[in-house]
Amino acid sequence: MPDSFTPQSSRRRFLKSSAGAAAGFTLGFYLPGKAFAQMAGPGQGGARAVPAGAWQPNAFVRVAGDNTVTVLVKHLEMGQGTFTGLPTVVADEMDAAWTQIRAEGAPADAALYNNLLMGPMQGTGGSTAMANSFEQLRKAGAAARAMLVGAAAKRWNVPPESIAVKQGVLTHASGKKATFGELAADAATQPVPTEVKLKDPKDFVYIGKRVPRTDSHAKSNGTAKFTQDVQLPGMVTAVVAHPPRFGGKVVKFNTDEAQKIPGVRYIVELPTGVAVLATTFWTAKKSRDLLKIEWDESAAFKGSSADIMADYKARAATPGTVARNDGDTAKALTGAARTFTAAYEFPYLAHAAMEPMNCVVQLGPDACEVWNGEQFQTVDQGAIAEVVGLKPEQVKINQLFAGGSFGRRANPASDFVREAAMIAKQIKGAVPVKLVWTREDDMQAGYYRPMYYHAIKAGLDAIGNVVAWQHRIVGQSILAGTPFDAFMIKNGIDATSVEGASTLPYAIPNLQVDLHSPKVGVPVLWWRSVGSTHTAYSTETFIDELAVAAGKDPVAFRKSLLSGHPRHLGVLELAAGKAGWGSPLAPGKSGEKRGRGVAVHESFNTFVAQVAEVTVKADGSFSVDRVVCAVDCGIAVNPDVIRAQMEGGIGFGLSAALHGEITLKDGIVEQTNFHQYPPLRINEMPAVEVHIVASNENPTGVGEPGTPVIAPAVANAVAAATGKRLRALPLALG
Amino acid sequence: MLLFVNGQRYNVNVPDDTPLLWILRDHLNLTGTKYGCGMALCGACTVHIDGAPTRSCIMPASALKAGVEITTIEGLKSKEGKAVQAAWEKLDVPQCGYCQSGQIMSATGLLAKKKKPSDADIDAAMAGNVCRCATYVRIRAAIHEAAKSLV
Repeated sequence: MPDSFTPQSSRRRFLKSSAGAAAGFTLGFYLPGKAFAQMAGPGQGGARAVPAGAWQPNAFVRVAGDNTVTVLVKHLEMGQGTFTGLPTVVADEMDAAWTQIRAEGAPADAALYNNLLMGPMQGTGGSTAMANSFEQLRKAGAAARAMLVGAAAKRWNVPPESIAVKQGVLTHASGKKATFGELAADAATQPVPTEVKLKDPKDFVYIGKRVPRTDSHAKSNGTAKFTQDVQLPGMVTAVVAHPPRFGGKVVKFNTDEAQKIPGVRYIVELPTGVAVLATTFWTAKKSRDLLKIEWDESAAFKGSSADIMADYKARAATPGTVARNDGDTAKALTGAARTFTAAYEFPYLAHAAMEPMNCVVQLGPDACEVWNGEQFQTVDQGAIAEVVGLKPEQVKINQLFAGGSFGRRANPASDFVREAAMIAKQIKGAVPVKLVWTREDDMQAGYYRPMYYHAIKAGLDAIGNVVAWQHRIVGQSILAGTPFDAFMIKNGIDATSVEGASTLPYAIPNLQVDLHSPKVGVPVLWWRSVGSTHTAYSTETFIDELAVAAGKDPVAFRKSLLSGHPRHLGVLELAAGKAGWGSPLAPGKSGEKRGRGVAVHESFNTFVAQVAEVTVKADGSFSVDRVVCAVDCGIAVNPDVIRAQMEGGIGFGLSAALHGEITLKDGIVEQTNFHQYPPLRINEMPAVEVHIVASNENPTGVGEPGTPVIAPAVANAVAAATGKRLRALPLALG
Repeated sequence: MLLFVNGQRYNVNVPDDTPLLWILRDHLNLTGTKYGCGMALCGACTVHIDGAPTRSCIMPASALKAGVEITTIEGLKSKEGKAVQAAWEKLDVPQCGYCQSGQIMSATGLLAKKKKPSDADIDAAMAGNVCRCATYVRIRAAIHEAAKSLV
């Protein structure tokens, strides 16, 4: 017989105050993105005290007597490689041996570990992990090195300049040598340098070369710890019955059948539904499925995606809020020799990370300990504190690996994190709670990439120059109503709705982008590459159409419009060259058509061009056979991680391009699991070649920018093969 | 019921409908095998039953024949398994890593049956294992690498 907690607090709405936790943020920089973060095994991430015998010269480096160098990684490792890339930077400036490097997730502490591009907030997103950490970690590594050198100089009574450091060993011409571990205790007594000299890039030992990932071993033998794997003494698993429609509320519920399942410990009401807590997941799920709940759906969303799209189309007939306005687009269109129009439809998309959302909370009287693949430390810490009635600093977050995220674990509304905290509160912290969403819960819980409708009209002059471009975008704002609203929505424009369109690099004298941001009761969120998920498609397929209409080669046409954008040009030329652009494609089998398509796009200050080759069969089905990708992300800190992110980003984008679509009917999300929301599988994965542009620019991110380019490249290839322009996602030849 | 997992004998007391996945994870604390979909659609839960890759999320306790040998990622000791794990590390296949236990169990099952699989063999054997990070290019390469190392 379960205990039954229904404290009155559970009736209170707490979600509306979510802005409180983060309202003070002043992001100095716009980063659209999804976040990626850091992690470690349970217990590691919360460690604030320096372990006995270890020396921690700064917030990012710890040297232990056993000669290991632990790099505290402030960003979530969700696959994108932060646990390798960020330690690489430290190891290089320290001249450590790669084999002595360990990576550990930093605790939630915005004072030490804020994202320098997010202001006073700790979080991972917008492909910023390397971009904001590069200089910070170089300095951290160099400072540690200087203190080790100082310690050796003192011990050996020699000038610091006479000491060499290589592969974690300090040496002197006299034959003296010592490891980092041997010098750690002495180094701790050295003054922390206020200024450090950074390496000349020509002296880098790791940056720019391949080093193995720090997490491949644990991720190949089952020992890597995810939130799903946390086990604590006395812990119960919570499975929640959510309302069938967004905005539904519990009126009352009957537990007669549900509580008969042996192993059920608690059944509690939440603002977001009813939770069953049991000794195992299977028990909790069985019991959850037996709950009888009456829902109040008076304020619930009851619409359908088809109706939403019809509404968006109607809105597109009228001007929206102007996001960019160069020249006089209306006049130029009137005067154009030829005009072209196209409209594009983009569906809702679920993130569908392999690890469904989850969170572990252990609540005590004056402390709350959390285990999570944590992407938005400061927001979630504040949200949890608010739910359980503690101060943010009383909430300790242990960082774990995240089994994917693609933006889902960085939710300004902290949805599943708040839910876990609420459950812990409802049982008064009696036992530790692991909230586990089923795949169905995860897929139907909302926070989708928004649906969008784009309408573009362009004009060519008599000799095929683009003289006008009018681009109208209709879709929900991701940021409206979130704590980011105040500083990321400017003049009515949510930058995440128009990025990639308002930043169109092509030299078009008359160019206008405007936006409608209707409010719809479907929760939305950033999704790997955010606005570029749709803007790259519409802009790069339409420019391709214009090239063909102008009788120009698509690569040459783009190049002619990119003279002021050398990095776009660089990746475009590299990808085209490596792909053999202009050379004939090997013919397909009888009845098959083949085509090659190109797209180029910048997101998060990283530039990517891709050339896709497709084969279209007689029945209209098509395969993507080969993709050649060129990327310019500044200094290539870890070239192999960059290649992996391009490969994966292409696969993730292709998954959406070929299959991704969340639909609603009468307010019900129609997809529940992978049979209805098919992910890309290995038999659909093209061969991928990645080429990296050599650069001395500061490094920028690679987690997202590979994703948005593949769909337009594929659609352009299909058009090259068939003459058909596909204007709705997912792509299908009718 | 008696279970033989990774060469060890366990006596577990669970309802008949409990899927093997949750016996492994919640009763035996073998958390390397992952939950991804609960419907045998993604392969994250793949284990070996008498050497054959099997989706543990839809395998109820009642359907486990007496005496079968269950192998999870934690107990992968075969030469094919070790070769696959080594290749996974050598090529840095994992990204988020959540699906990789299942990928490795499926890949090991393939190599145990087919010493030199073609790309088409790999696609056929691995198409039941979803990777949302889309590490598929490297999965293919690593299976070839493992096959090469076994010659």
